[in-house]
Amino acid sequence: MSGSLVLDSIQGLGRYGLDTLSALGRFGVFLAEALRWAAVPPFKARQALQRVWFVGLRSMSVILLTGAFTGMVLGLQGILMLQRVGSEAFVGPLVAIALVRELGPVLAALMVTGRAGSALAAEIGVMRITEQIDALTVMALNPMRYLVVPTLVAGVVALPLLAWVFDVVGIYGGYLVTVKLFGMSSGTYFGQIRAFLDTGDIWVGFWKALVFGLIITWVACYKGFHVGHGAEGVGRATTEAVVLASVLILVLDYVLGSVLP
Amino acid sequence: MTGTPAPAIRVEALRKRFGSQEVLRGVDLEIAPSELMVVIGRSGGGKSVLLRHLLGLVRPDAGRVIIDGQDVTTLHGQALDRIRERFGVVFQGGALFDSLTVLENILFPIRERRRLPAADLLPRAQEALAQVGLGEMGHKYPAEISGGMRKRVAIARALVTEPQVVFLDEPTTGLDPILVNSIHHLVVGLHRKFGFTAVMVSHEIPEIFQIAHRVAVLHEGRIHAVGTPEEIQGSSDPAVRRFIHGEVEEQAV
Repeated sequence: MSGSLVLDSIQGLGRYGLDTLSALGRFGVFLAEALRWAAVPPFKARQALQRVWFVGLRSMSVILLTGAFTGMVLGLQGILMLQRVGSEAFVGPLVAIALVRELGPVLAALMVTGRAGSALAAEIGVMRITEQIDALTVMALNPMRYLVVPTLVAGVVALPLLAWVFDVVGIYGGYLVTVKLFGMSSGTYFGQIRAFLDTGDIWVGFWKALVFGLIITWVACYKGFHVGHGAEGVGRATTEAVVLASVLILVLDYVLGSVLP
Repeated sequence: MTGTPAPAIRVEALRKRFGSQEVLRGVDLEIAPSELMVVIGRSGGGKSVLLRHLLGLVRPDAGRVIIDGQDVTTLHGQALDRIRERFGVVFQGGALFDSLTVLENILFPIRERRRLPAADLLPRAQEALAQVGLGEMGHKYPAEISGGMRKRVAIARALVTEPQVVFLDEPTTGLDPILVNSIHHLVVGLHRKFGFTAVMVSHEIPEIFQIAHRVAVLHEGRIHAVGTPEEIQGSSDPAVRRFIHGEVEEQAV
């Protein structure tokens, strides 16, 4: 009996491993197919612009708000800490480099995941269960071309822009706290930023934001496409899209942070 | 089954299993060109699954679906798309694109296929919309019109490409008896006008007996009986009789 129990658990483990692997495989194949369709003209510019509007511009208010407060908190914590060691002049670079390399791309991506990623997964999920995706397919109009490629393009275009907006607003948030509240000279704040922030930092932030934009839209499209049944299925797909995208963003932030110069 | 020398659609020994449930257990069916074939059967009995096989949306475990001499179950990519360009499909809920207006929905397939000059697109779409009696509704969004209107729009969208084969998946579900009849009249009228081959999956008994050329009864994963409406209605087969007279089976849940 115990022999069969051991055998069962090994089989169960094996099946779990295989299921996970095949899910990963499908996830990868989905992206590969989307990229293949992205390379085949005609490109659906109108659909892509609508998606940029949806992912990008409609996320703007939340990006402005979170960007400003992130910069203000960084400025506040930075100046309080640096005052202890008498180096408060470096609060500008601290705020700017933290934002540009890490917090801008990551927090903008998490905000977009919550706002647009969830909505995209739900929208595509509803299109799947109401047979709108099948309707595209039987019209001989490939849903990859009409739905997935424009969404991925929008993610890749919008996220770097949103991250830059986040960075700029955050730097001014830090300025507000350190210069207006703590009385530092604005020349010191911006001068030190100019001295220490280099283009390498900006590139790191750009590549991160670009990858995160792809991750958010890829996960949302995949989860929406492979939705379960009914309203419950759409709800689950939305939740899974947000959780998976958020986890991937944080993991990849570390990976990219250590790989990129 | 008599069958004509060259059927528009031939289904051969089609089998499909989902998990432990074998939904289709060897479906054989021939549909003649310009015929209006209605497939009836119990809910969850595999009618929609059969239709999805004809559209190439689902791959069977075994069997073939021959349309215009090609087996759609083995086609991929562009070859499958070329066959599908001859199809018009009316999905169960209409499957209209929510983000487009009614008129844009009808324009969509003809505009994206680029077979027509740009100047002809709008008149063509408006004509299609007028044919289903909704000429004034073009500017509305699918969410703003009634269920019956959505089905009409879906029919207009399916026909605007002048398809050779039209598939209708329960086009009257959820409609009242008057609307059911009006949709049926619309389908018959358009069928007479355009002469397409039509495959319709339906629950509407006895209404469909007035419009079908032939009726196929899908029962326990097979085509249990095929015949003219009169033949099916006069059938002495117990399963057919039970189904068309709505009798509850002994072991039914």
